[in-house]
Amino acid sequence: MEAVPAAAAAPALAPSADCDVTKSAPPAEDPDGAAIRRIRQRGSLVVGVDQNSFNWGYRNPRTGRIEGFDIDLAHAIAASVLGDPEKITFRTVPTARRIDAIKNGEVDLITRTMTITCERLKDVAFSVPYFRTGQQVVVPRAAKVTSLAAAFKGRRACVAAQSSSEAELKRDPRGTSAVRVVENQLDCLVLMQLGQVDTTLTDGSLAAAQAAQDPTVQVLDEALSDAYMGVAVNKGAPDLVAWVNQVLAEYRAGGGWQRSYARWLAPTMGASAAPYLP
Amino acid sequence: MTGPTVVEGTAPPAGRGAAARLPGLQDAGERLAGLRRAAGTPPGRLRLAGAALVALLLLFGGTAARQADRRAAATDRVVGHSQPLSRDAAEIYRSLADADTTAASGFLLAGDEPAGLRKRYEDDLATAGELLTRAAARTAANSEAQHRIDELSRQLPQYAGLVETARADNRLGLPLGGAYLRYASGLMQNTMLPSAQQLVAAESGQLDEDFAAAGAMPVAALLLGLAALAALGGQQVLLFRRTNRVFNPGLVAASAVVLAVVLWLAVGGAVASASLAAGRTGGAEPLRVLGQARTEALQARAAENLNLVARGASDSYGKRWQTVTGSLGGTPVPGGGRAGGGTLARAAELAPAGEAERRLDEAGKQFAQWDSRHDAAAASDRAGDYEAALRATVAVASDTTTEAAWAAMDRQLAAAGEAEQARFAAETSGVAGGYEALAAGAAVLAVLAAAGVVRGIGRRLAEYR
Repeated sequence: MEAVPAAAAAPALAPSADCDVTKSAPPAEDPDGAAIRRIRQRGSLVVGVDQNSFNWGYRNPRTGRIEGFDIDLAHAIAASVLGDPEKITFRTVPTARRIDAIKNGEVDLITRTMTITCERLKDVAFSVPYFRTGQQVVVPRAAKVTSLAAAFKGRRACVAAQSSSEAELKRDPRGTSAVRVVENQLDCLVLMQLGQVDTTLTDGSLAAAQAAQDPTVQVLDEALSDAYMGVAVNKGAPDLVAWVNQVLAEYRAGGGWQRSYARWLAPTMGASAAPYLP
Repeated sequence: MTGPTVVEGTAPPAGRGAAARLPGLQDAGERLAGLRRAAGTPPGRLRLAGAALVALLLLFGGTAARQADRRAAATDRVVGHSQPLSRDAAEIYRSLADADTTAASGFLLAGDEPAGLRKRYEDDLATAGELLTRAAARTAANSEAQHRIDELSRQLPQYAGLVETARADNRLGLPLGGAYLRYASGLMQNTMLPSAQQLVAAESGQLDEDFAAAGAMPVAALLLGLAALAALGGQQVLLFRRTNRVFNPGLVAASAVVLAVVLWLAVGGAVASASLAAGRTGGAEPLRVLGQARTEALQARAAENLNLVARGASDSYGKRWQTVTGSLGGTPVPGGGRAGGGTLARAAELAPAGEAERRLDEAGKQFAQWDSRHDAAAASDRAGDYEAALRATVAVASDTTTEAAWAAMDRQLAAAGEAEQARFAAETSGVAGGYEALAAGAAVLAVLAAAGVVRGIGRRLAEYR
């Protein structure tokens, strides 16, 4: 919860073109893979999720269940690996701890609006992309802002710690007067409602989730960069990566992806899923 | 205390004659010379000595009365002002911390929140508001304490507004509600409670000052009393040598009265001091540590709740639980349990034997219960069973939750506090009255002693006529 003057932020991440974020292991289902055997032995797929991303991964206070687009995907993977979509253990992981949770084996995989970046590919493996997104800006409708440049210039921005958005604003502060770094992107919406920040930069998916919870804010159409969300897996589990890629191929071909989109995302992101299909 | 008594005794008429031969001298220099000559004569000297004694006695009486009166006032301030203010400040802190904890419990139970929990939250806010108003009226303007009170009075409605927004969003099923509650709790934990803590410290400082003023020995009065006794004794020796009469009843009576007042001052002061010290060590000081234990327990409860409210969005609450319970119950040891030596143990050490001690002993056991239930709930949460963790933490009408263990502990701490408060009241109840009697008695008796001196010296003077 510390305000960092934009001028003081040094570029920490250099944009790297030396990797292909859409590339992953070829789809395959190998029942003898070490990771698959371990999961089957345990009888439960441990999935790192978020409980606070509305319509993506969140605990519905009326049902007590974790639900959303990411959660549907996790159930599909559990159904494929273990034959039962409910054989799943959800473990909530803060944004800043996603990489660590995968590396130290706390979770088998993460479906948590996680974008694939070259930086992250150094630490973890990713499935093929399952959603196309970008960094988008949320501003109060009352601000009457229409362009990205105007959303940042001279305004107080808010980003989640250790997120792609934080890295983006560190690389290029875009004339922001201050950048507030918070633990969860949703804290930005609280601060925006209370008038403590003027603009929030976050993944397009989460930006839509914010707008879904507060009709007085809007997501600007213009996206900052093209990005893809993928399922993060430990680098030492190539068999699981291949299996997940197989599930994703079937999920899209079988219409599961489209049904999930229609249920969770269409109301706020538009009836057509085409812009978001990788 | 020896003098040329033999010569003086033989020539009283000469002095009077000298004064008589020089009438009509009007200017001050001559008068002073006359006074000096009068002092040169035995009756003149005796008259001066008598006047000096009366002055000394009245000074003694006045000083004793004033010092006793000041202590009576300081004691009244301790009992009727600074101790209640200090207690109110602690209660403001406790109400605020309790509101934060209760709000989070209600949030976690959402639609199942029982009416009692809602009422508890509202009562907490009402109590804090009421005590803040009362403290504001009794605290000096522009003091450190008053600034803190102003801040808290401003922030209280802000906090309440944030909590209501959180509840409304939560009921709509929006995750935003949790973010709001965490923001509200941040305001409480990082801004309001530290302000309340400063208020507690300021009021405690005032209490310490008043305790010191009330319990101090009346040194000036005692020294004056001893000086008066010595002067009275010296005068009696002089008269004995001159007249060979062993006792001068007036002076003897005056000496006895002064001795009585000195003893009263010394013994009464020591007894009052001891009572105040007992009230402090048996009441005020244990109450302070007990208050700290209660608020630390509340903060640990709030951290426990908010960790569930955050649903993994933050790991700061788990860390806060570690810090606060470490301070409350000592660092955890591998294999379960704690090393002890925390605030709870200190409160138990300071507690006077009997009721308070027994209650604190019981509270220690409840804390261990709570601690182990917390560990079990945290293990469920780690294993991904959020619902089980939630059920083990808060549940409607259940006595196996961490909340139930904490509530049992808090009830014991509250009862111990009442016992210690009663002890404080009992120890300090007679002190101010004793000081007031001393003040009045010293004044009256000093006047009596002065009257004895006037009478005793007057008898001797009459013998010269």
